[in-house]
Amino acid sequence: MNFKLIGVNHNTAPLEVRERLAVSEERLPDAIRMLVEQPGVDEGMVLSTCNRVEVLTSTRQGTDLRGFFPRYFGLSPDALNSHIYEFEQREAVRHVFRVASSLDSMVVGEPQILGQVKEAYAVARGLGAVHSALDALLSRAFAVAKRVRSETAIGSSSVSISAVAVQLAERIFGSLKGRTVYLVGAGKMAELAARHLVSHGAENILVCNRTHERALQLAEAFGGEAVPYERLHEAAERADIVLTSTGAAEPLFLREHGEALLSRRKNRPMFFIDIAVPRNVHPDLGRLDGMFVYDVDDLQSAASNNTAERKREAQRAEQIVELEVDRFAVRMKSLHVVPTILSLQEYCETIRQAEIDRIRGRLGSITPEQEAAIEAMTRGIINKLLHMPITTLKSTAAGPEAAEVHDVIRRIFNLNRDRKGEDLRKESPAKKETED
Amino acid sequence: MPLFWLRVALTLYGVGLLCAVVTLWDSRRRLMGVMLPAAGAGIVFHFVSLTETAMSDIAPLSSLHQIESLLAFLLMTFFFVIYARYKTASPGIAVFPLAFLLTLSAQSSILATDSVAPQVSVSWTYMHVGLILLGYSALFVSFFASILYLIQERNLKAKGVGGFWSRLPALATIDEIGYRCLLVGFPFMTFGLIAGSVVAEARYGARYFSDPKILFSIVMWVLYTVLLYARWSAGWRGRRAAYMAAFAFGTAIVALAANSLSSVHRFIAP
Repeated sequence: MNFKLIGVNHNTAPLEVRERLAVSEERLPDAIRMLVEQPGVDEGMVLSTCNRVEVLTSTRQGTDLRGFFPRYFGLSPDALNSHIYEFEQREAVRHVFRVASSLDSMVVGEPQILGQVKEAYAVARGLGAVHSALDALLSRAFAVAKRVRSETAIGSSSVSISAVAVQLAERIFGSLKGRTVYLVGAGKMAELAARHLVSHGAENILVCNRTHERALQLAEAFGGEAVPYERLHEAAERADIVLTSTGAAEPLFLREHGEALLSRRKNRPMFFIDIAVPRNVHPDLGRLDGMFVYDVDDLQSAASNNTAERKREAQRAEQIVELEVDRFAVRMKSLHVVPTILSLQEYCETIRQAEIDRIRGRLGSITPEQEAAIEAMTRGIINKLLHMPITTLKSTAAGPEAAEVHDVIRRIFNLNRDRKGEDLRKESPAKKETED
Repeated sequence: MPLFWLRVALTLYGVGLLCAVVTLWDSRRRLMGVMLPAAGAGIVFHFVSLTETAMSDIAPLSSLHQIESLLAFLLMTFFFVIYARYKTASPGIAVFPLAFLLTLSAQSSILATDSVAPQVSVSWTYMHVGLILLGYSALFVSFFASILYLIQERNLKAKGVGGFWSRLPALATIDEIGYRCLLVGFPFMTFGLIAGSVVAEARYGARYFSDPKILFSIVMWVLYTVLLYARWSAGWRGRRAAYMAAFAFGTAIVALAANSLSSVHRFIAP
C-alpha cells in the first residue's frame, strides 16, 4: 500500500486557479473513474470544495499523479505545478487527518469540511473506487476528526471581527432571522460586517450615510432601504442591530438617544456595533439596561481572545492528529506483513497435506481416532515451527528492520514465486489479521 | 405501591441531577444523552406513582408529601416543555435540584394522618391544588429565567465572549421563556385561586378573607398581575422584571408557607 495525495488549497492557489480546478458534483464520478484508470492507481477519490481540490490515491510504487490535473482539466502543467502540493505515505495520512479535522481549513475549526470529505468518500466508495486501504484510511480520518472535535474546543470559537459581531448578536437575539440591521455609515467595513450578518439570517437592512447616493447604492445591494441623514435617529427605532462606522468627530448616539429608543421600543434590547474611530456611540449609552455597545477594541479583544484560545486548541488538535498518524502507520505496517503470514501458512499447509497424502497408503487401515491424531500431530509441528517466524514478522513490522526481516522470510520459504499469495493479499488481509 | 414508583422516579431524578452537576462542572463532558432520558423516565414513573396514589384509598392531596410530589412532577414537566420548545436545558440548573428535593421529601411518606374535612368538595379541592401548583411551577421557572437573564446581560456587558456562562441560551430566548411562563402560569393561578375561594366560601363563608394565608395569596396574585402587565405593556425585562418576579415569587413562597399560620387552610383537617 502506498498513499499518495496531490492537490491545491486556499494557501497554495489563488481563487482563479481553484475555480478552474473545481470538479462539480455531476462530473465527480467521471473524474474518479478516470483517476482509477491511471496506471498504477489501485484506489482513488476526489475532494473538491471551494477551498481545495485534492486527489487521494492508493497506488503501487512509482506512480506519477502529477499529470492527472493537467490531463483532466486540459491545462498546461507549468501553470499548475507551482500550486500543487504532493504528499506520500505518512505525510498523506497526516494531511487527510488534518483536512478532515478542519485543521487545514481557511477558518480553522469550521464544521463543514468533515461533511464534504464524507460525501466525497461516499461517492468514490459507491463507484468501487475506494475499497480496502483508502477505506481504512478514511474511516480512521473520520474517527480522528470526531476525536479532535470532542477533545478540543476548536469548533467552538470564531475569529474575525465580523464573526465576533455575529456571535455576539446571536447571543443577544438568538437567531438573527427577521432582525433589522441599521448601517450608519456605508464604508467597506460596514458592508463586510453587514454581509456577514445577512448571511446569518438578518433580513432587513437600513442604510444611512452622509452622502445619500452611497446609502442608496448599498441599500440596493442588500435589497434594503436608504434613510436620509436627517432622519438618522428616527430610523434607529426600527433596528435591532446598529452598525456605526462614520467619520463623525463627536458621538452620534448619546445616552438620551438610548433612553428614547428604549421607551419607544418597549425596552427591547439593541446591539450597537461601533467600528468607528473616534467612536460614534457614547459609552454611557451602553450602561442602560438592554443596550449592548461594543466598540472596535471590545470586538478586537473578543476576537483575539478567541484567536489565542483557538491557537491553543489547534495545537492540541495537531498533537492528537500526530498521535493518530503514528497509530495508523503502525497498523498499516503490520497490515503489510499479513499477506506474507498467509502465504507462509498456506505454503506449509500444502506441504503437510502432500506428505499426509503420500504416507496415507502405507499406513493401511487406521481408525478415525488415529487419523485425527496424525492430523493433530502434523498441525502441531507446523504451528510450532511457524510460531517464531510469524511472531518476528509481526513484532518487527513497525520497526526499522521490517523490510529486511520480511524479505529474508520470504526468501527462506521461497514465497516470492507464490502467485496465490499475491492474490490473497487483495482479498482479505484485514480479516485475517484479527484471526492471528 | 405508589411509594415504590416514586422512589424509582427519585433515583432517576438523582441520576439526572448528577449528570447536570457534572456537565456544569466540566463543560467537555456531554452527559445530556444520559441526563434527559433519565429525567424523562423519572417523569414517567412519577406519573405512575401519582396515578396509583389517586386510585388508592389514600385521601387525595391530603398530605404535604402528596403536594410536594405533584409539584415536583409539574416542575419536571415544565422543564421538558421548555426543552422541547427552546432546546435549552438551562432551567434544569434550578428545576432538577428542586424537583429532587421535593420528591425526596415526598417519598418519606405519602399517607396523611387524617383526611380533609369531608364537607369539602373533593373535585374543587383537586382543581384548586392542581391549578395553584401549575401556577407556582410557572412562576418559579419564570423567576429563574429572569435570574438567568440578569446573568447573561451582565456577561454580555462585561464584553467577554467565552467563559462559563457562554453556554446559556441567547438573551432573547431566556426573555421569551420567562414571559411565556408568566403568561401560561397566570390563568392557572387565577382559576386556582377562584377554585380555592369557592371551596372556602362553601366551608367558612366570608370569614376566610381575613385569614393570613388568603391575604398573602391575594397579594401574590396582584403582584403577578402587575408583573405580567408591566411586561406586556412596557416590555419590562432585565433588572426591573427580575426584582418584580423575585418579589412575586417570594410572596408565593410565603403564601405557601402560611399554611401553618392559617386556621382555615390546612392540608390536614384539625
